[in-house]
Amino acid sequence: MCLGIPGRIVAISDADALLATVDVSGVRRDVDITCVATPGEPLEDLLGRWTLVHVGFAMSLIDEAEAQATLAILAEIGEAEAEIAAFAGQGQEQDHAGAAP
Amino acid sequence: MTTRFTPGGPVTAPFHDRDTGRRLIERIGDKLRALGATERDPIRLMEICGGHTHAIFRHGLAGVLPPGVEFLHGPGCPVCVLPMGRIDDCVAIAEDPRVILATFGDAMRVPGSRKSLMQAKADGADIRMVYSPLDALALARRNPDREVVFFGLGFETTMPSTALTVLRAEREGIANFSLFCNHITIIPTIRAVLDSPGMRIDGFIGPGHVSMVIGLKPYRFIASHYNRPLVVAGFEPLDVLQSVWMLLEQIGRGTAAIENQYSRIVPEDGNPQAQAAIEAVFETRAFFEWRGLGSIDESGVAVRERYARFDAERRFAVESPAVADPAGCQCGDVLKGGLKPWQCALFGGACTPETPIGALMVSSEGACAAYHQYGGLRKGAA
Repeated sequence: MCLGIPGRIVAISDADALLATVDVSGVRRDVDITCVATPGEPLEDLLGRWTLVHVGFAMSLIDEAEAQATLAILAEIGEAEAEIAAFAGQGQEQDHAGAAP
Repeated sequence: MTTRFTPGGPVTAPFHDRDTGRRLIERIGDKLRALGATERDPIRLMEICGGHTHAIFRHGLAGVLPPGVEFLHGPGCPVCVLPMGRIDDCVAIAEDPRVILATFGDAMRVPGSRKSLMQAKADGADIRMVYSPLDALALARRNPDREVVFFGLGFETTMPSTALTVLRAEREGIANFSLFCNHITIIPTIRAVLDSPGMRIDGFIGPGHVSMVIGLKPYRFIASHYNRPLVVAGFEPLDVLQSVWMLLEQIGRGTAAIENQYSRIVPEDGNPQAQAAIEAVFETRAFFEWRGLGSIDESGVAVRERYARFDAERRFAVESPAVADPAGCQCGDVLKGGLKPWQCALFGGACTPETPIGALMVSSEGACAAYHQYGGLRKGAA
């Protein structure tokens, strides 16, 4: 929850809603980019940038080399798997009709 | 000038590099000898953040360091400090048949006085684990006939995400979404730790991702009023080692300053957009109850009146009973650094990660769970 994981901003999915698609080791989902968008600057400037993602929010822009190093270390020490699975939404129950008994 | 392991750089800094690690450990050893620190009379450093506690155990850092430095595991695991009364409130909200309760998975096993969220779910409450508060908002969109409540918890790291989700709900006019707010703030917590009677801390390893949001300024009182150094640190093993060395450097020089080892992520002023979202949505509570620590003034936030319709505390009858911690549970003493996890009579017997009694055994960022998982380190030091 507090560790976060680096990902790459690959598309602006909804500019008005400040949502972008972020790729974390091949897994993609929409992420809120409010905290890394500079007011007055085009959101397209963020394309290709690396960012630290916490619970679905891009919280900090990071250097690509830093991001790769962090990902490599997270993978090496076995922390990446859980973060990526959470990012991908695995382990969460899907919304299905009649979930409530 | 303090170090040739330049804080935050160069960008290709090998955070895992063995030689760098060995050199750092040697230099830490030199410093400790120069300071006259010994195993019986060590320099005591508190890591505030549960992420650092986890890293210290995960990588066995206390074991590789020479004698003379002791890690005190601070109160910065938000799951661990949730009081039973708030879990009871959350269970009560979840048991309302109109409600879908959305929560981070970490909170599922935290014991309440009646039951945990996991037990409530087994008993039929509609509780969903989500990765992000945005997922909770999506649940509300897809289930307009249900009340979706997000169980918001965490320090300033996760606070912007819930604040921005509330703002998004307002923008989109989503009426069936609300937040059960249990966010807590780091500064009053550090102050409470510093004011604890008999507390001896020589320096702090500062929380990396909280600082990414709030910046460095809020910590200044630690140096100016309490004369203690704090180094904001990253989470790789070498980040932690470098921060320990930076703290020892300061202690050796007799200075107390706020330094930033994690400048590759933490800007001096924090994140202004995140701070603005927090300020817009939250206001300080007069006090907040902590598991093991009791009530701490101004340590929690609540949803502002302007966003009352997104506040689960206002929408549901929430009692917030003060519930005493379980008998025999000594999480409070461990949180304050006065007791090692394995010195608690319940540790590893009645209280294990599978059957936690105290909250420090619940999360992998809790000191007891970390000790239990990765083995007690140098227990003989006691």
